[in-house]
Amino acid sequence: MECQKCHQRPATVHLTQVINGQKSEVHVCEKCAKENGYMNYGEENFTLNDLLSGLFHSEGPSPLKGQSAHSYTKKPKLKCPNCGLSYEEFARIGKFGCADCYKTFDERLNPILRRVHSGNTRHDGKIPKREGGNLHLKKEMEEYKTNLRQLIEQEEFEEAAKVRDKIRSLESQLHHREDGDE
Amino acid sequence: MSLQQFMNEAISPWMKQEGPDSDIVLSSRIRLARNFSQHPFPIIASEETLNKVLEFFQQEFQKKSFRDYKDFELVQMKDLQPIEKRVLVEKHLISPHLAEKAEKSASLISQNEQVSIMINEEDHIRIQLYFPGFQLDQALEQASQLDDWLEEKVDYAFDEKRGYLTACPTNVGTGMRASVMMHLPALSMTNQINRMTPAINQLGLVVRGIYGEGSEALGNIFQISNQITLGKSEEDIVEDLHSVVKQLIEQERKAREALMTRSSVQLEDRIFRSYGVLTNSRIIESKEAAKCLSDLRLGIDLGFIDHIPRTILNELMVLTQPGFLQQYAKTPLSPDERDVRRASLIRERLQLENEE
Repeated sequence: MECQKCHQRPATVHLTQVINGQKSEVHVCEKCAKENGYMNYGEENFTLNDLLSGLFHSEGPSPLKGQSAHSYTKKPKLKCPNCGLSYEEFARIGKFGCADCYKTFDERLNPILRRVHSGNTRHDGKIPKREGGNLHLKKEMEEYKTNLRQLIEQEEFEEAAKVRDKIRSLESQLHHREDGDE
Repeated sequence: MSLQQFMNEAISPWMKQEGPDSDIVLSSRIRLARNFSQHPFPIIASEETLNKVLEFFQQEFQKKSFRDYKDFELVQMKDLQPIEKRVLVEKHLISPHLAEKAEKSASLISQNEQVSIMINEEDHIRIQLYFPGFQLDQALEQASQLDDWLEEKVDYAFDEKRGYLTACPTNVGTGMRASVMMHLPALSMTNQINRMTPAINQLGLVVRGIYGEGSEALGNIFQISNQITLGKSEEDIVEDLHSVVKQLIEQERKAREALMTRSSVQLEDRIFRSYGVLTNSRIIESKEAAKCLSDLRLGIDLGFIDHIPRTILNELMVLTQPGFLQQYAKTPLSPDERDVRRASLIRERLQLENEE
């Protein structure tokens, strides 16, 4: 069955309306149902994106005094080589297009991230097992070392020895991997 | 279908359980945003790419199980009717965003409905895990293990400096949103919650009403969650949230005690009036229903009413939303018709308790 409104898409919304005792059936597609008010998902009017893109535009220092307006030539347009998203588009929609965008726009990101994340610009959390590679081992080793110091302070030497052995084995793994990389 | 049957199917199994501090905390949730490193994010990805992502999940995770989370079922948006989508939104198994986008997105839902993994939402992958009551640590631990399970198959977009890369800069880093749903009737009645909100915001946490619009919290149900995802570890974020929630629990309990000693009769009156409305009304709007359900729940917590289980609040808050009412009626309903259906569903539900 095709949509009664646009006659293009298949009808997926089926409604029975009763107006002044007159019963009528409506068969429309989802798009037309929305446009004609048959469906209501609680549209967001003003989204976080609107706020964010405002932030992005205000970013960047104004031209320094003493520099004439002419010498303030436009920066070459930044465009992500992988997905093709330009910085302007990024600023407008407030979203990255792909993982590579983070590298492409890297030098302009710190002010944005600082605003959004209370001054933070660097990740300090979980590292994925495979993608993280050696990072993971390094972080794990840091944690063991902290643990080792605590255990020694608490004079729990038996436990400390176990942790020390773990650190050693991690160290050898790490060296092994780094050798392998080169 | 009888109401009992409908409810059994409608209410997620985990919601029927009570967790720690469940007199105040309804549920704890962890959400992790993840992306494939090799694909453009859904917002600009081609249909072909989105399809690839979907097919990948179909192939690798359909009907798979991970620990307690059995038989993951890939529910594709293109296969659903609008009302069915709405019901999933009301159960919090998919986001409104996912429901609207249709076609190339899906949700991978575990049999117990504790886990839903949204595919091609704003990010390629959004892992969501719910626990009843106040169990943030468990939720984080389990979510992280699920995350590792997915990572065995998925090459995540990750950067040493920026962490997990997400479509929106507000999610980058841990990609984690931890949240706790709380019923805070006494703090709302005494207006204390509004005074506490600014202080909570300063800690990088957000307080908002979960049902209802704007600042209004329908049913006195609030969601507390972290705003910041970069520069703090998952454990630290959860710990901060944990300590704030703990204080809120204490404050709410104190406020309840104070109300009980100072205005016990007034409180009892309010609770039984609301109970009267719920058991007798023939037309009820969602706003009034939420208010009365909140009172009823408080009455249960304070011991004024003892023959109704606590989970009635979560249960009926979910069941009396437009999508569920229409699914139960098996037909689209106008707002006026819904108010009638809502009243009768609530009456019927409370009647079930009197019979037992």
